[in-house]
Amino acid sequence: MFNKRLFQQAQTARTDLALAIASNFLVGAVTVAQAYFLSQAIARVFLQHQTLADVATLLVWLLALSLLRAGLVWGGQIFAQRTAGHVKNTLRDRLVAHVMALGPRFTADERSGELVNTAVEGIEALDAYFSQYLPQLAAAAMVPLTILIFVFPNDILSGVVLLVTAPIIPVFMVLIGGMAEEMTKKQWVQLSRMSAHFLDVLQGLTTLKLLGRSREQIETIRDISNRFRDATMGVLRVAFLSALVLEMAATISTAVVAVEIGLRLMYAKMEFPQALFILVLAPEFYMPLRLLGTRFHAGMAGTAAAKRIFAVLDVPLPEMASPPQKTIPRRMDIRFENVSFAYDDGNRPALNGVSFHISPGETVALVGPSGAGKSTVANLLLRFIAPQTGAITVDGTPLDRLDLAGWRARIAWVPQMPYLFDATIAENIRLARPDAPLPAVENAAKLAHADRFIAELPQGYQTRIGERGARLSGGQAQRIALARAFLKDAPFLILDEATANLDPRHESDIQAVIATLLQNRTALIIAHRLNTITRADKILVLQHGSLVESGAHAELLARDGLYRRLVSAFEGGV
Amino acid sequence: MSTFRRLLRFIAPFRWWVLLAVSLGFATIGSSVGLMATSAYIISKAALHPDISVLQVPIVGVRFFGIARGIFRYTERLVSHQVTFRLLAELRAWFFSALEPLAPARLQQFRSGDLLARIVADIESLEHFYVRVIAPPLVAVLVAVLMWVLMAHYALPLAIVTVLFLAAAAIGIPLLTRSLGRGVSRSAVETRAELNVGLVDSVQGVADVLISGQENTRRTTLARLSQKLTALQNRLAVANGLNAALMGLLTNWATLAVLLIAIPLVSRGELDGVFLAVIALAVIAAFEAVTPLPETFTNLEGSLAAADRLFQVVDTEPQVVDPPAPSPQPESFGLEVRDLRFSYRPDDPPALDGIDFSLPEGGRLAIVGSSGAGKSTLVNLLLRFWAYRHGEILLGGHDLRRYRADDVRRMVSVVSQHTHLFNATIAENLRLSRPDATDADLIAAAEQAQIHTFIQSLPQGYSTFIGEQGLRLSGGERQRLAIARALLKNAPILILDEATSNLDPLVEREIMATIHRLMRGRTTLMITHRLVGLDAMDEILVLSRGKIAERGTHASLMAENGIYRNLWDLQHQVDLLDAGALPIALTDGI
Repeated sequence: MFNKRLFQQAQTARTDLALAIASNFLVGAVTVAQAYFLSQAIARVFLQHQTLADVATLLVWLLALSLLRAGLVWGGQIFAQRTAGHVKNTLRDRLVAHVMALGPRFTADERSGELVNTAVEGIEALDAYFSQYLPQLAAAAMVPLTILIFVFPNDILSGVVLLVTAPIIPVFMVLIGGMAEEMTKKQWVQLSRMSAHFLDVLQGLTTLKLLGRSREQIETIRDISNRFRDATMGVLRVAFLSALVLEMAATISTAVVAVEIGLRLMYAKMEFPQALFILVLAPEFYMPLRLLGTRFHAGMAGTAAAKRIFAVLDVPLPEMASPPQKTIPRRMDIRFENVSFAYDDGNRPALNGVSFHISPGETVALVGPSGAGKSTVANLLLRFIAPQTGAITVDGTPLDRLDLAGWRARIAWVPQMPYLFDATIAENIRLARPDAPLPAVENAAKLAHADRFIAELPQGYQTRIGERGARLSGGQAQRIALARAFLKDAPFLILDEATANLDPRHESDIQAVIATLLQNRTALIIAHRLNTITRADKILVLQHGSLVESGAHAELLARDGLYRRLVSAFEGGV
Repeated sequence: MSTFRRLLRFIAPFRWWVLLAVSLGFATIGSSVGLMATSAYIISKAALHPDISVLQVPIVGVRFFGIARGIFRYTERLVSHQVTFRLLAELRAWFFSALEPLAPARLQQFRSGDLLARIVADIESLEHFYVRVIAPPLVAVLVAVLMWVLMAHYALPLAIVTVLFLAAAAIGIPLLTRSLGRGVSRSAVETRAELNVGLVDSVQGVADVLISGQENTRRTTLARLSQKLTALQNRLAVANGLNAALMGLLTNWATLAVLLIAIPLVSRGELDGVFLAVIALAVIAAFEAVTPLPETFTNLEGSLAAADRLFQVVDTEPQVVDPPAPSPQPESFGLEVRDLRFSYRPDDPPALDGIDFSLPEGGRLAIVGSSGAGKSTLVNLLLRFWAYRHGEILLGGHDLRRYRADDVRRMVSVVSQHTHLFNATIAENLRLSRPDATDADLIAAAEQAQIHTFIQSLPQGYSTFIGEQGLRLSGGERQRLAIARALLKNAPILILDEATSNLDPLVEREIMATIHRLMRGRTTLMITHRLVGLDAMDEILVLSRGKIAERGTHASLMAENGIYRNLWDLQHQVDLLDAGALPIALTDGI
């Protein structure tokens, strides 16, 4: 429950954290003082028959202390929150930077993508850890100690009772807490599974209705919920048992103290004010420990989130080659020499000794069945991944020796599913050139045949695209991406299934557009719609990660190879 | 009816359980009050050095309260969680049964996974409704009553002051701190949402960000947003910290106030001094009851917002209402559509604008056109997902509206572009269309859909899990499973809704061959924008802006040189360039 590495994150907010902890400590001291004045006041009125006027000073002290205590509690929370803020800002920034450095290879992978998402969301879970759990943990360690220091001089026996029972609480907390943590984790898995099932059923509702199976799901859902309840209650019974032990330890020792000092009072072995002082303090002694129990969840959620965050931060960055050259390629003479690449630590081969050459100004098309390795070639050129063996050179310089930002600035890339940001249309087109003037943006949109649908949007270029570009169709998104490419005006163009989501009509328009885009540029076009690539200078045919054919369209057709089979399938011969 | 009251109605069946839990909660805090009061009594009394017998009963009392508190708390938690989980199970079932008639027509605005996920989360957040919203105020009221009785026993002013302070803490503090934090809290929620979108954007759009060289700009933007959120949260902490501070302050002041009242009473001999400590410590213990109340307000708001969203979905009228009479017996499995007109919303342009066709039993009709031409609308109407008012659809000689929606769907198998496979085993996914299918039936269907060999190659065969925890299937494999499902259902009418549109050409070709097998002996309606394999159809309708622009067979439409021909040419451009280079045998397939 105490994550050392997470705690170290608070280094940046050392002062705030120290102040938060100090406030908690002082609250403990004030509590002792309050108990003292309260017991004195009551004792004097009760036994010495003093009047209100006689004890007025004591009551004024109590008033003052109550204000001081409130101030300390208030300040403590503010400082704790500031600590949490610092930590969250720092970690969020580190996480963003790290994810950007890891790049799309990492985030696009289903499993690690999920990891990144939970890590990003998990940062807010650290808030409660630093603003509630950690200060409470500090208080639980210090307040009982402070109280003990004052109880011992007053009454050794009560001090011993408290001292002996106090460790029971943390010991049980660790003991049962660890068990509960394990069980809670299992429960959590169960719960997310149940939620997933519910979501699955909701998403597949139309299918279920078509098959006439939807109504019986009501019972299934109830069943699963109830089964979940039974399982959870089993776990909770244990978790609550731990709470029971804690409560018992606290209340029974208070009862023991009360009886023990009561009896000694009776035999005049003790004075009433001391006795009352100790009785008032006894529950305060256990309070921080019990409160810690209520913050248990915040602590657990925080450590769990921290684990996910560190898991992402610990993913090593791909190694950078020795100092990159500053020279930026001009000619765009691109060569793949015996390049191989495999995903999943070499377990999923994607490219197998591929060699080819793109001459400056040439348009090269890459075709092949899905899974042949086409997008891997694009990812290599974009330097989202690096070849495991073989070499890629540009104008004779190894690709990994080029300055990364400089190289990427020379590429315009239109992917199959371009990502649209939660921003205006204009900002989305401007992505690569944030300072481009509006006329340039409009011109790019026009070239990409996007101007007409943009004009129909309520606020034209200033229309915000919802999360994940929800309000645009796939074809519209692709035209925005093409507009981006026009605006970027880079010498090397990569089109990765760039027209896959277009309606045939638009597609023919876009083909013309792409033809203009290709002029005076070096380009790599990936397609499974074969009508888009017949005019390429060279066609590379990939299958299972290997280059099986290459040549011009007519040349390849004449051969009785994979390309011709692809073409005939595309022709729609069924 | 207010959202709160509607929520309460869900609790009604559990009211005895709730009552029990509240009583136990009250008993827990009551025990604390008892423990402190009796303890104070013991030591005050002992200070007067009485006979031990005087202390016998209080000592037993202290022991009782000391043990009882823990046990009460334990049982209270068990009971309240039982109630909560039962409530959640009911809520889920209730919500689903309300949702089921709405799908899919009324759920279009909730289509995306995000919204559905939110619904799931909303139901879960109602978990707090009982434990953290309903119970604490009731317990607090009971404790206030107890304190009134206890204090009034000594002196009425003590009772009044105690209850006033409890009320101030219970109602005053939440009101005060909330009014301080309201504006900030709303902008914090907004900033947090903005930051989240920004983070999600940066993660999912990382490729686009990198290739545009915008990584540093984005990082700065996000850092600025993060700092803005932190600043807002710091301001919120000022309000929330006040909460805890004031709670402690009021506890202390309540103790002071009762002392101020009680001390003169003791001096005047109207109150035995023994009870001074009893009163003070009982008041301190009683404040435990009001401590959770500020949170209650926040949770109440959260619960109401979640419930509002759920009710909003549930209160929607279903699109299609079943006729009261049983469905007629279809005379055949042919379809007849006459002058069908439909628009999704009154002011929208018509999605279908006067459609006529006749599809006899066993016939094959294709409807082609670009997206937005109205093809899917027709399917939605045929399947009774949407209701139409103008025109007629006859199924087996009877008006479609006279059939119950379930009975219509029983006659139809659909293979669509988006095949939803459930997170279950392959066998379970297949059996959805026929629950009583034997293993042999499954295998037969899978063999016909040419997916049997693939399934057998999987480690657990037909018991392999599909979906999140299991297998990831390719588009072609999914479609084959959908075809197997349709074969298993063995319905007389088949609707193919863009069944091959997301597949690459080689796979598309193979799947089309399988589909042709499925079409045999069935009335088939094929919807597509890919002009592939249409020469096997009896009639083709070309839809454009909701109207039938052209109709005929593949050959006649090709000869016509209209839209169809134009679309076909666009999709087969390769052919234009090199038609001569391709041997005929390769192009005509099966």
